[in-house]
Amino acid sequence: MEGWKRHGAQIVGVLDRQEAALVRGMVGQIKDMLDARVAEQPEDELAALTGIRAGHSSPPEDPILARLLPDFHRVDLDEHGELPASAAADMDAAAAMRSLHEPELLDRKTGVAAVVLRTCPPDGGVARLSEEEAEAWLTAINDVRLALGTALQISEDTPDVLPDDDPRGPHFGVYQWLTWVQESLVQAVIGGDEFAS
Amino acid sequence: MTTPVEQERTQVDPAVDESAAEVGAEDRPWMTIVWNDPVNLMSYVTYVFQKLFGYSREKATKLMLDVHHKGRAVVSSGSKEKVEGDVARLHAAGLWATMQRES
Repeated sequence: MEGWKRHGAQIVGVLDRQEAALVRGMVGQIKDMLDARVAEQPEDELAALTGIRAGHSSPPEDPILARLLPDFHRVDLDEHGELPASAAADMDAAAAMRSLHEPELLDRKTGVAAVVLRTCPPDGGVARLSEEEAEAWLTAINDVRLALGTALQISEDTPDVLPDDDPRGPHFGVYQWLTWVQESLVQAVIGGDEFAS
Repeated sequence: MTTPVEQERTQVDPAVDESAAEVGAEDRPWMTIVWNDPVNLMSYVTYVFQKLFGYSREKATKLMLDVHHKGRAVVSSGSKEKVEGDVARLHAAGLWATMQRES
């Protein structure tokens, strides 16, 4: 792939067979994880009547899913390493917010993943994206990078090149390639509209 | 839409209601906070701030740099409902955002 280019209203990129398979594979894996979370949503008879869905109230135990589905409130330990007095109220509020908002967040994340799976040619080739589809790609690729970044324990101090014997090597290469794909896509999206000003 | 609870409150005399002192806390606006993380791209975060909040490129870039250098930035504020919606949209974009009351 040589990066994304804007052609009028379209954002165009060419992926070879291997690149297309990689994108589809990674985005598909994230979608499967999110779909599994959806399938585990609590049964709620009231929701069937009212149409108001209630999602999980606890964050996912899996750190990757937890990064994709963050809490609405942050509880920090105080200087003694203990929970502050306000912690219980914050945790209650976070549980309520999650239950209220997580179903829609899951919808949006599985939705953008589905756009990538629909528009990324299975055997490689040209991907022609509308503005909306390009935005979906940005979010979906970002979700894959968040997942990989969590799995690989990427930090501010992670070097650009890992030592030869680092077991994360192969996946780190994928992460860096996706970083480049996303950066190129951001520039192509910005390039053609009011964000360029 | 109605807000019967609010109407009742206006009839409470602060002089005789001990809970009135908390009304000040209830009125404090909420803030949307974005936290630094090592994965999100600077260009993407700037783009998201522009896209979601309609900020100028300059303002979005400044907020992005605040997140990057100071570890966090307040990116919007207002009613609980507004901030709640902003956090939800930032989560959809993959940013690490939380909400809290202004202190």
